[in-house]
Amino acid sequence: MRVALMITCINDALYPSTGKAVVRLLRRLGVEVDFPQAQTCCGQPMVNTGYLDEAVPVVRTFVDAFAGYDAVVTPSGSCAGSARHQHSIVARRSGDEALERAVAEVAPTVYELSEFLVDVLGVTDVGAYYPHRVTYHPTCHSLRMLGVGDRPRRLLEAVRGIRLVDLPGADQCCGFGGTFAVKNADTSIAMGADKARHIRETGAEIVVAGDNSCLTHIGGLLSRQRSGIRTVHLAEILASTEQSAVEEVLTR
Amino acid sequence: MSGTFVGMPAFPEAAREALADSQLRHNLAHATGTIRAKRAKVVAEVEDWEELRLVGAAVKERALLDLETQLVRLEETLTANGATVHWARDATEANAIVASIAKAHEAQEVVKVKSMVTQEIGLNEALAEEGIAAWETDLAELIVQLGDDLPSHILVPAIHRNRAEIREIFRSKMGAAGRPAPADLTDEPAVLAAAAREHLREKFLRAKVGVSGANFAIAETGTLVVVESEGNGRMCLTLPEVLVSVVGIEKVVSRWEDLGPMLRLLPRSSTGERMNPYTSTWSGVTPGDGPQEVHVVLLDNGRTRALADEVGRQALRCIRCSACLNVCPVYERTGGHAYGSVYPGPIGAILNPLLKGVGHDDQIDSLPYASSLCGACFEVCPVRIDIPSVLVDQRAQVVDAHRGGVPKPEAAAMKGAAYVLGRSRRLSALERFTGLGMRFARRFGPAAWIGARDLPDAPAESFRAWWLRTNGGRNDGGRKGDGTDD
Repeated sequence: MRVALMITCINDALYPSTGKAVVRLLRRLGVEVDFPQAQTCCGQPMVNTGYLDEAVPVVRTFVDAFAGYDAVVTPSGSCAGSARHQHSIVARRSGDEALERAVAEVAPTVYELSEFLVDVLGVTDVGAYYPHRVTYHPTCHSLRMLGVGDRPRRLLEAVRGIRLVDLPGADQCCGFGGTFAVKNADTSIAMGADKARHIRETGAEIVVAGDNSCLTHIGGLLSRQRSGIRTVHLAEILASTEQSAVEEVLTR
Repeated sequence: MSGTFVGMPAFPEAAREALADSQLRHNLAHATGTIRAKRAKVVAEVEDWEELRLVGAAVKERALLDLETQLVRLEETLTANGATVHWARDATEANAIVASIAKAHEAQEVVKVKSMVTQEIGLNEALAEEGIAAWETDLAELIVQLGDDLPSHILVPAIHRNRAEIREIFRSKMGAAGRPAPADLTDEPAVLAAAAREHLREKFLRAKVGVSGANFAIAETGTLVVVESEGNGRMCLTLPEVLVSVVGIEKVVSRWEDLGPMLRLLPRSSTGERMNPYTSTWSGVTPGDGPQEVHVVLLDNGRTRALADEVGRQALRCIRCSACLNVCPVYERTGGHAYGSVYPGPIGAILNPLLKGVGHDDQIDSLPYASSLCGACFEVCPVRIDIPSVLVDQRAQVVDAHRGGVPKPEAAAMKGAAYVLGRSRRLSALERFTGLGMRFARRFGPAAWIGARDLPDAPAESFRAWWLRTNGGRNDGGRKGDGTDD
């Protein structure tokens, strides 16, 4: 099986540790991933702000980079949703039939990380160890656009040492919403403030999610509030081992 | 109702004001939370709910795809049943028709069933200009009307008020509109309802003309249907001599049997009840029983414009249940007034641009952006309107309407991003400056972000640079023995 890693622009630039965790995790599970160098972004920032013409070259780059793989795995529910559900809209807009065909071929091969682990590899216990009190925020696009259901939760429940605590109002949006966070900043912050309050109520050290974009917003609020709670991507918890836990303690 | 939505500021400004109202935030969180839980409970009881949603969508879709035939048929059956059918292209025409009917009967007042469409066309204000008082008889609409307020929810227009506020409104305002509230009025819901009942009773018994909308209009039988909870609708539909119903053309369904699935979907989605207390149906005039003069005003007011929109037309399936409002995290915090329309929340965010068109009004153009695209609305919609997809499509329409001329900073930024993200070389070159960019953004970035949210630290190198440098972690010293370095 030829598997490509779609890192996403935000992980590439700001959260390389998430990408490295995906590589480490999949390698441990016996899957070698390619990193197609031509990849850039899924184009969602343009599509969701209304700039469809501007998204055309980005989607073209996307399908060129990921054509021919059996599976494209990405540590983002939102970007997977964009590829699976929005690229066809952009391709139709372009009027380029070759692009429409390419999108139709590539889109179904894109998997969000938890889908790839549970549905393609058939594992829920990935052999991880993570001795922390953690609460899980299901991100909207993974929950409602992709329908990942309880896959991330099942993966987390199988992690040794973890204390998973329920997040009140878990399925309510954190308020990020891409450019919504800036265009409607007051509303976005009000939503995020309630999310942060719920997270604090759990007494967790760490809030985990499958999207670093949402975590940038949630973490930005928690950090500004000096809450002492950090955000960690699902991939990094699943990649953690007894050995990395020791190193984390000794290097802190 | 003396308030008006005309000239409202764009959503972000209106929302900022609403978000600062802590009483509003409290009232909304409580009310939407309660109704969300009620809906979830009764929907979970229906085993075939998802199939039922498909049926509901299909019933409305079938009628909309064949709208002209269905409407002509409705006119024929209504006329055969003794009703008079009027056609109105817009609000002005519809209001003039209702006013002329009231005047023909020398009516100085009308009693009203709760109706979204008559609010959409500003009927009360139009009648007031003709010297005709329009009395709202739904409890929540009465609260809004007495308080010179604006509705903020489709089903519960006074959702922004709590019972203590309602008591104050009744105490201070009821007397000027008719029978005053009793001196010992408390804020107990049953006491408030009793005061409203006494106040409204004399209006029901006096009014010669009733005005309603309709939840459904059945082409096959020439029947209009009103679904309600309080019985005020039944009063208005049966006691007056003359009944005028204003009906949006998208309310038509083809057959009597189409009503079954719709009546299963609507109350559970709307009030969170298995069945609503009052469902009234009437087919024109029944001699010796109820209004002996029945008028139906079929209204377009932008609906054919919406029907021409390939993505957006699904919004015409809406049965005004307001489930999307109750689950919307944006609505829960801003309330309905911020949307600047009688149709607030997710459905309002798409319906107003559809009915009025985009590209000429900043307030309308701001509505498709009043969403984080979380998708909770689509999940609960009983007729499966994919609101997030319509929002995204409308955003493209807004952007396209403003193409040409000097690009705004956002448009320039998107063009720049398209250039950079079109080629990985360009992105890779730019990523060398991520650290610098983040330091700059932390000091000079948009206040909209950094005003309340810290920015993360930039990494020493991008993932892409790391992969190239270490051959995907294989040449990275293997500190952890598994080929990656962190």
